[in-house]
Amino acid sequence: MSDISADTLATDRSSAPPKRRIKWSTVVDHSVLIVGSLFMLLPLVVLIQMSSVPDVEVIKTGPSLQIGDQLDDNFNKAMFQASGFSGENTGTSMLINSFILGIGFAVGKIIIGMMAAYAIVYFRLRFATLAFWIIFTTLLLPLEVRILPSYEVVQSLGMLNTYQGLIVPLIASATATFFFRQFFRSVPEELVEAARIDGAGPVKFFIDILVPLSQTMIAAMFIIMFVFGWNQYLWPTMITTDEDMFTLVRGIKQITQDLEGTNIPEYGRANLLAIIAIIPPVFVVIFFQSWFVKGLTESDK
Amino acid sequence: MAQVTLSGIRKVYPNGFQALTTTSFDIPDGEFTVLVGPSGCGKSTLLRMVAGLEDITEGELRIGDRVVNDVDPADRDIAMVFQNYALYPHMTVRKNIAYGLKNRGTSAEDIAKKVAQASDMLGLDDYLDRKPSQLSGGQRQRVAMGRAIVRDPALFLFDEPLSNLDAKLRNQMRIEIKALQRRLGVTSIYVTHDQVEAMTMADRIIVMNGGKVEQIGTPAEVYHAPASTFVASFMGAPPMNLVPAHAVAGMVRFAKTSLAVETHTDGPVTMGIRPEDLIPDTSGPLPFDVQIIEELGAHRLLHGVVGDEKLTVHVGKDTDVGTGPVPLSVKPGAISLFHHETGTRL
Repeated sequence: MSDISADTLATDRSSAPPKRRIKWSTVVDHSVLIVGSLFMLLPLVVLIQMSSVPDVEVIKTGPSLQIGDQLDDNFNKAMFQASGFSGENTGTSMLINSFILGIGFAVGKIIIGMMAAYAIVYFRLRFATLAFWIIFTTLLLPLEVRILPSYEVVQSLGMLNTYQGLIVPLIASATATFFFRQFFRSVPEELVEAARIDGAGPVKFFIDILVPLSQTMIAAMFIIMFVFGWNQYLWPTMITTDEDMFTLVRGIKQITQDLEGTNIPEYGRANLLAIIAIIPPVFVVIFFQSWFVKGLTESDK
Repeated sequence: MAQVTLSGIRKVYPNGFQALTTTSFDIPDGEFTVLVGPSGCGKSTLLRMVAGLEDITEGELRIGDRVVNDVDPADRDIAMVFQNYALYPHMTVRKNIAYGLKNRGTSAEDIAKKVAQASDMLGLDDYLDRKPSQLSGGQRQRVAMGRAIVRDPALFLFDEPLSNLDAKLRNQMRIEIKALQRRLGVTSIYVTHDQVEAMTMADRIIVMNGGKVEQIGTPAEVYHAPASTFVASFMGAPPMNLVPAHAVAGMVRFAKTSLAVETHTDGPVTMGIRPEDLIPDTSGPLPFDVQIIEELGAHRLLHGVVGDEKLTVHVGKDTDVGTGPVPLSVKPGAISLFHHETGTRL
């Protein structure tokens, strides 16, 4: 015993020399990463700077290194002061609309995608494969391609300026169905059979077994879909004309449009809103990222 | 507890492949029956048909007094243990075991009681709150068993339950499963491709090949009186020696030697002798030439030839032999004769 511990002590001492050697490869790796992230962060820093100085200053000098004292003011304006005619599109209401769009879109898409994939994978439907490929081809037809017919449909259903008009047509695409189909196909057949013998019917199997198994997949889908929905610009611009239905991404533009008049555009306010618009997707990614990686890489259940 | 009756059961897949030719047999109440055969012989298909996971193309399946052809698997009063255990990965051991009971609307107290009983029987008490991923292969196997026994079914179905375990654990689980089945007295059907498992566990063995039943019998019957050359070569390690020979009036001629047999037939035959029924004997009639000796500790296997035919001989560890000529004699009554073309026993 004593021999062994003496031995380990000896090796410990020899393996921990006071001088640490610099690993140049690590230094290079880190500097590349630091430079890269600075490069990506720079536009954000410029945005913050520009929203901290008076709007006049922005026009006069453009971006500079000077941080002004207008941040508070601009924040209040951005979040609580309305712009436009009706006075209903404050930053807060736009933020809420964006959340409704992002979450509604993500949740709707996950529910529909899971159910479609469930039907295709687990039920002996006559044209299941055909149905899947038809759904799959919608990947080739994103909303931008079918925007006029979609608008026509939404308009004739009287869903302009409603949340369902905003969300439902965006949901109609195959991404989630595709991912869930691939995932369900990797669930071992024996699990399905065990559940059948355990007396779990189709609904029970879906809720008790398939949904919990898909947790990580659902989280991954949620991130992708939330960010995708949050960043929608073209469709909300088409479908919402009421100012109280504006989303953040769409509303920011409305503010800088004041340039056309004789006023000075409210740069500070618009820039600050742009930053606010970035924050929720960033937080979603930060909180869900471990799930996200698991969902996309973990095959062992 | 129930008797299982298969009458004229047949399975044809939609693509026309006949997985199981018309098959009939009974499994008496409380018996442990092993279906054994090479992969693709239809044994798993047969089991899955009994379980209700595959449709029955033709014939009638009874469990107890009930025809269950069109009964849902959940209502057949069966429990099944799968090769990959098929445990629900997101549920604890307790929930895994209880899931079937919960779905049948068993009361919470009853569930708790039955789970406690089962876990006690299987030594799972310390693991009830773990997830399957935190268990070893043998423990997972036990959980799968637990899930089967809490339901108190009329019939246990095992689909190669031990093939994912290492050899040592497999031997141990083999005994445990057999003991458990004895204790509970539940009729069981056990599918395996491992003939050792079949021999050691079965009350009765059903040997299958190419979608049909080759032989049904006790392990001893199947071993000592194989119904065909297929059974003879499949059961037993090393397999039975099978050599072409010529039968004439109660004798069989092989390698210029005449051996007495009980079967009276004439013409070309396939002669089968188990390796342990060939005995090195200085006055023996068969001129055996040993080429390779396999040392297995408790015994040895001698591989060599008689004339042009390869034979394997099983000898005890005390028998003193080396390579070279070793005359052999045959244990009386140990010769099986098979039809030289069809391979059926004569």
